[in-house]
Amino acid sequence: MLTELRTKEVIVSVLVFALLVLVIFSFAMGTGAGTIEPLAPGILWVALTFGGVIGFNRIFAVEKENSHLEGLMLCPMDRAVIYWGKLAGSFTFMLAVAIVVTPIFLALFNLPLFLPRLAFIIVLAIIGFAAVGTLFSAVAINTRARDIMLPILFLPVVVPVIVAAVKATAAVLAGRPWGDMLTWLQIMIAFDIIYLVIATLVFEFVVEE
Amino acid sequence: MNEGVPASPWTIEVRGLTKLYGESYALRGIDLQVSQGEHLVIFGPNGAGKTTLVKIMSTLVKPSSGSVRFGGINVRDKPTQVRHQVSLVGHQTFLYDDLTVYENLKFYGKMYDVSDLESKIRDVVAWVQLEPRLHDRVGTLSHGLQQRASIARAVLHNPSILLLDEPEVGLDPHASAIIRDLLGSISGGSRTVVMTTHNLERGLELGDSIIILDRGKVVYQATKHEVGTLDFQQVYDQYTGTGK
Repeated sequence: MLTELRTKEVIVSVLVFALLVLVIFSFAMGTGAGTIEPLAPGILWVALTFGGVIGFNRIFAVEKENSHLEGLMLCPMDRAVIYWGKLAGSFTFMLAVAIVVTPIFLALFNLPLFLPRLAFIIVLAIIGFAAVGTLFSAVAINTRARDIMLPILFLPVVVPVIVAAVKATAAVLAGRPWGDMLTWLQIMIAFDIIYLVIATLVFEFVVEE
Repeated sequence: MNEGVPASPWTIEVRGLTKLYGESYALRGIDLQVSQGEHLVIFGPNGAGKTTLVKIMSTLVKPSSGSVRFGGINVRDKPTQVRHQVSLVGHQTFLYDDLTVYENLKFYGKMYDVSDLESKIRDVVAWVQLEPRLHDRVGTLSHGLQQRASIARAVLHNPSILLLDEPEVGLDPHASAIIRDLLGSISGGSRTVVMTTHNLERGLELGDSIIILDRGKVVYQATKHEVGTLDFQQVYDQYTGTGK
């Protein structure tokens, strides 16, 4: 985290990418009432998901470059601790991106700015993204085409979270009650738990030769 | 520097160690024993399996078969316990370029749960003579200074077993001499040291016993005393076939 705070190499790239996606969509689709509401949730999650892929690509790449990962693996702790440390970093990083991107998205598309339920959905989805993204980032660093490999591995797996997040966001933007989005929230919670458990168990086998 | 005596005897016992990468053998049934406080130097040409052996000892790599025991503890069964007592100085420093020497040492000190960390950092930094550069980012240091910082990182938690994998690689003669002096000053205590090197002269200076690895096998094993007046370059060439 301290290294990233100093260099800002990942967060700046991801923020610029996510904001570009929003701006391009806002020009392409227009922001008029009635036309944008059905599309807005998808636009937000495209920006966050693809921005996330760029960020996840760097999580372990940074550790691999100077064999820092080996340095961490030499420390007297379970391999899963490394996973949870990286997961916390990924989550914080994606949350920071969402905190910047979401208000800009709401403003660009003339949507209400104060949506606490949207914040809850974003947190749930980001936990799922970070759980899978951190694991697959560790897988991808040991492959030759790691920049291509991560999205190929990551995107199909997180489809349930993307769909659930888009549907739940649509319900929030339409002002529908909690009950209308309950199924989508349950899917995200189940996904988060399942992948956190799986990733914790298999991480050791991913990083060891 | 902080050179405390390890609490328990840390001998190294390697039995039938084999490592396969795909279909090719990196190690083929290695057997060796290193007593506590002994310095073992491993020679061998590139691809002999030196780094693989050290990585297995350090718990970074799992063997395909066979065992490594430190003080009777199988590395495979209790890796976390072993990691408290083992440290590795490798080709890479494991240090973060964008953090200062102090921040790196503090980070690793916390990972190893080192008590009285500030004072230990001061001790090891003084020992490797890096005080003036303590708050400089590692990325701004020369390779020689980075390797000194790496040695400081390695001894910060006072390991009983120190693994050195070609620590002088890429250093100029001056930096190499400083590193050699530092490694020499580790000698004499109860710390067990295993070092790989291509440099026969330096290796013989530092080692109590030596082995030559070739194509994953121990092809020669002797104590420093047994090597004595032998022309070791000739012995090395003979056993590795490099002199042909």
